[in-house]
Amino acid sequence: MIEWPEPFVLRALVAGLVLAVVAAPLGCIVLWRRMAYVGETLAQSSLLGVAFGMALNVDLTLSVIIAAVLAALILIWFGQQKLLALDSVLGLMHHAALAMGVIAITLLKGPAIDLMGFLFGDVFAVTRNDMIWVVVGGALVLAATLALWRSLVRVSLHEDLATAEGIDPRLSRGAFDILLAVTIAVSMKIVGILLVMAFLIVPAVAARPLASTPERMAIIAAIVAMIGVVGGLFFSLTVDVPGGPSIVLTMCALAVISLMAAGSRSR
Amino acid sequence: MRQPAQSLTPSSSAFRRYVILPAETVTATLEQSVSHADRPVGSPGQSHAHDHGAACGCGQAHSTAVDRTALMSARGLWFTRHRRDLIAGIDLDVHAREIVTLIGPNGAGKTTLVKLMLGIEKPDRGELYRPTSTLIGYVPQRFDIERAIPMTVARFLALGHGASDDEIAAALAEVGAARTVDQQLSQLSGGETQRVLIARALLRRPNLLVLDEPARGVDYVGEADLYDLIGSLRDNRGLGVLLVSHDLHVVMAKSDRVICINGHVCCSGKPEAVAKHAEYARLFGPRAAGALAVYTHHHDHQHDLSGAPSPVTQTSGLDVDGRSST
Repeated sequence: MIEWPEPFVLRALVAGLVLAVVAAPLGCIVLWRRMAYVGETLAQSSLLGVAFGMALNVDLTLSVIIAAVLAALILIWFGQQKLLALDSVLGLMHHAALAMGVIAITLLKGPAIDLMGFLFGDVFAVTRNDMIWVVVGGALVLAATLALWRSLVRVSLHEDLATAEGIDPRLSRGAFDILLAVTIAVSMKIVGILLVMAFLIVPAVAARPLASTPERMAIIAAIVAMIGVVGGLFFSLTVDVPGGPSIVLTMCALAVISLMAAGSRSR
Repeated sequence: MRQPAQSLTPSSSAFRRYVILPAETVTATLEQSVSHADRPVGSPGQSHAHDHGAACGCGQAHSTAVDRTALMSARGLWFTRHRRDLIAGIDLDVHAREIVTLIGPNGAGKTTLVKLMLGIEKPDRGELYRPTSTLIGYVPQRFDIERAIPMTVARFLALGHGASDDEIAAALAEVGAARTVDQQLSQLSGGETQRVLIARALLRRPNLLVLDEPARGVDYVGEADLYDLIGSLRDNRGLGVLLVSHDLHVVMAKSDRVICINGHVCCSGKPEAVAKHAEYARLFGPRAAGALAVYTHHHDHQHDLSGAPSPVTQTSGLDVDGRSST
């Protein structure tokens, strides 16, 4: 058991809580628009960003954000064509990005490199520099999400209705994809490439049965995510297991309880 | 006041692009683009069964310029996807206080036509006149609403237009759905959902209401009630109404014009009032018979499997497009 509060524990806690709040509304929209696969693809493209950052010797968070945003732009561009469903493009990009990322990092740093930190996150290794990214980036993403919220909800609810009422769905979709890419890139530090979408979606799943409006769903998702971060970090420190998976597992437990309660109520 | 019109003309290159023309040049360009010489499938036996009065809504050669007295007017709309002409040279006008009903078989392009008229899709060719003074209230097909989003009726109505609680209550009362205000959208019945969607459209203070299959999944009594409501909105508010019907033969009795489309305009005309018809009243009850009408129409052409029109053959006893066995 580690003495409380060590600075690295405090940093992990603050970064986790900030990202929990930022990611919750985005996670709700991902759920509504059935975009989990898009998110996974953006996340796995981030590994290439890690490789580029190492090769060019720049800040890894910055290179990961750039890689994720580039992947989002490619997806937006692919989304314009109607020949192939986006799913098939994602199926290709998703695995290609992961494979290329692993190969590129191994070539650069040799087989001894530990990929675990990138794949599952290393929340207790969050540095002061990372904190700046989390707080500033998080505040920007949250502000943009709030500004776009109404049009995002309307496009998610019924795209044609929103279009007929004067919203450009491509604009709000594109903006959302980029916000999602930035959030995934920053959250990767905490829960890793393979678990980052769970960090976004699971709190939204837990919130769905408890919410009556889209706004309440986002707020409840944020609360669930914060409980998940605190509970997960506590579990991780107590049992001495990795932090990212502990956070996600705590969130999943909350979601299962919420869904089971909803199931028994509707019977 | 003269409104600028957007004219969509084919360009000489392989690409289709939009050319915005000043209003004066529109007519001349149109005569080129809508001339029947470029109709891809010839149909020698195709005659044209109704007289060509003004605003007959038919897509044939007499079309000239858009009708600037209309709330919405289209001339020679074409929309082609995957080498299929989903919309092939359709003209359509909707005026104030007028109810226009679109019917046609599945895949006839009804929803596509509505999307073109609303600007959700852009036509490949043709001219669309929609002045800025036309405010459209759109009622989409109800089953398209994403159910994963928690949404009360009150929040749904406030979303977008920033309507106050009083305005929301008034709109719901006008459509007869006042008690749904705190319910979830996903818990409403088919008829209630339609009324809520109409209330939302009314909050925009439209002068044109566009409804895509409002009576789908609603029983006959509910359908008659909905048509009563739409008719009273026209009467009380002076709205123009463009309505897509899911039923080929039963339409709203108050329709001023019924237009049957199958890619192109097959036929159009007034619905026959059948309220007096004893057999019909017996079948659906006097309430329903007041609001619904049977649209009897006989087609002078039929469609082969590719959808191209061809003359009616002697062996075919069917008068419904697309079901003939050529």
